[in-house]
Amino acid sequence: MTFAARRAAIAYAFLGIPLVFFVGVRFAPMLYMIAMSFTDWGLLRKTVHVVGLANFASIFADPVFLKSLVNTAKYAVLGTPTVIVLSLCIALILDRVPRGKGVYRLLYVLPYITPVVAVAWVWRWMFQSPPLGIINAVFVSVGLRAHEFLNSATQALPSILAVNVWIELGYCTIVFLAGMQTIPSSIMEAARMDGASGWQLLRRITLPLLLPVTLLLVVVEGIQFLRIFTQVYNLSYQALGGPLDSTKSATLYIYQKAFTNFDMGVAASASLVLFAIILAVTLVQLKLFDRRLNY
Amino acid sequence: MKRTRIGVILSLALFLGAAIAGQAADVTITYWQYFYQSKVDLMSDLIQQFEARNPGIHVEQVTFPYESYQQKVAAAVPAGEGPDVINLYYGWLPLWVKSGYLQALPQSAFSTARLAKTFYPFVAQSVSFGGKNYSVPTAVRTLALIYNKRLFREAGLDPNVPPRTLEELLADAKKLSKYDAQGNLVQSGLLMQPSGQGHVWIREVLFRQFGATPYSADGRTVTYDSPAGIHAFQWYTDRITKDKVGYPNFSTDDVTAFTAQKAAMNIDGSFRIATLNAVKNLEWGAAELPTYKGIKSNFASFWTNAIVSGISGAKLDAAVKFLAFLTSPEVQDQWLRKVGELPATPSLSERYQNDPVIRVFLKGLAYAHATSYVDEAGQRAILDDAVDEVNLKRTDPAAALDAAAAKEQKLINDFWKQGNE
Repeated sequence: MTFAARRAAIAYAFLGIPLVFFVGVRFAPMLYMIAMSFTDWGLLRKTVHVVGLANFASIFADPVFLKSLVNTAKYAVLGTPTVIVLSLCIALILDRVPRGKGVYRLLYVLPYITPVVAVAWVWRWMFQSPPLGIINAVFVSVGLRAHEFLNSATQALPSILAVNVWIELGYCTIVFLAGMQTIPSSIMEAARMDGASGWQLLRRITLPLLLPVTLLLVVVEGIQFLRIFTQVYNLSYQALGGPLDSTKSATLYIYQKAFTNFDMGVAASASLVLFAIILAVTLVQLKLFDRRLNY
Repeated sequence: MKRTRIGVILSLALFLGAAIAGQAADVTITYWQYFYQSKVDLMSDLIQQFEARNPGIHVEQVTFPYESYQQKVAAAVPAGEGPDVINLYYGWLPLWVKSGYLQALPQSAFSTARLAKTFYPFVAQSVSFGGKNYSVPTAVRTLALIYNKRLFREAGLDPNVPPRTLEELLADAKKLSKYDAQGNLVQSGLLMQPSGQGHVWIREVLFRQFGATPYSADGRTVTYDSPAGIHAFQWYTDRITKDKVGYPNFSTDDVTAFTAQKAAMNIDGSFRIATLNAVKNLEWGAAELPTYKGIKSNFASFWTNAIVSGISGAKLDAAVKFLAFLTSPEVQDQWLRKVGELPATPSLSERYQNDPVIRVFLKGLAYAHATSYVDEAGQRAILDDAVDEVNLKRTDPAAALDAAAAKEQKLINDFWKQGNE
């Protein structure tokens, strides 16, 4: 065996380990899940029968599943742009801070590195109605009306969304800051010498060159919001996605079908539907951005 | 010298072999329950007592957090990795029995006649399916009106005279409620938490007091969507929307609100006695559930012990002995003293007739009903949502209750429609 061939063999051997892991832990269960979505598999059933598309028919006839899909869309459509625009603004400002950049960066990334469950419970207490919640205490002290937040069928979803935006902000800001480091300073200097204004620098140089990073974040955050679970589970009362299913995400619906009702077949079908949606959305995002990247 | 050493080794080996052989005749059974400190501690004690009396039988206790208990059970039992004896909520029994994961208790030890003689009537009804008995409880639980004596005094009410009727309850609740300048409720006169015990208060108490029957005798038909039922349901929702004496999730939940002394009254279960006693500076009392038009009603429930299917021979004999021990009068007595749950055998309650708190919960048992659930969590969520519909969306109570009844009926029908396999 030549030296090159041996090196290649060693490389493949090392790559093989994660591959086995990936196939065993990711792909095999996924294929199993796809197969199970056409059966009536239940944790408390002794036999499994193929039921064709009956599970899909039942979830699409279930108003709660449809509502959870609408809620999931709301999380993604409202959450992704919000977190990206906000984090970009923060990154641009942080990039100009001459001193203490590290401290600010740490402050923004703290929510992201704190366990989501802890974050969610702190917010849950802050959102409480009078006399407990601190947000309402501030509202009342400045003469505003107290709000119901998590207790309201209309405000609960935006409240949970706000918490998740706050959590994701740190991660996106860091990625944007890293992206800015890759913009060659020579281009900036040349533009400045040609008399470009700060606004022109931003529009013509910084933003276009950040496009690949933005694409990455849109995809990552899009997926993040589409499969939002822990926040909803911990912020809604009794972990039910209420009140009146107004905050229930598709993932929470799947969880409840699987582990409250033990209807694994139905849960698998719902997972497959969510998988298809996430795949489609991601492909569309990649396609759209890909076209714009070829300048 | 050498020979003696060999002799020692040989005799040691013989001794060990005998010990191992002796152990092989022993039986070990596994018992599962969810983690609740006082229950786990007492169970460890009880297992020692049981083992001392039944040489050759070993019991191993395994516990899981309450939140994941049912999931663990559902994942382990079908896979054959579950326990031999299992502690379940009575409301889960229909699903477990239907699925075939529990075995009927032997008639020789737990005959229907013996169950009827030993336990409250609602117990025998809830553990029997198709003429066979599937489980036996140690303790039962019931509801009472619990109230904060200090807040009663503050509001100028006599802490020794709790409300006895729904009319008095309402009048006191109004006096005990406090609001800020904006009109936000800051002290709840009466907690309205359907996701806590509120849904069973409506289901088995208010419906019956207003003249409705919640379910048909076999529990398979929802019958509470009658004019009387709507009247009862509206009585409940009016306290939230009109009188504003409480609302769902006030101060996160009813137990938090009551223990934080932000609420004066709540409807809660006997399982809360130990929790409330442990709260510092909380001066609380318990009273029988308020009557309406002279009608008394209450809701009873229990955790119960069953034997998993597929257990046979010596293990089954050991499991049956263990169940008999768990339901014995002496264990029931220890259970009440250490956990605070009421004895499942009526005659044992006599000696607690002077305890001011326990007495109240015991009285409720005499006229309590246990709902025949098919899906406890699902059925609770339906009534919970109905209250939210009225509270958050201002849906007409009659329409909300009709929709709830239809949803619950569908849930029950679906449960019985699926084949027994």
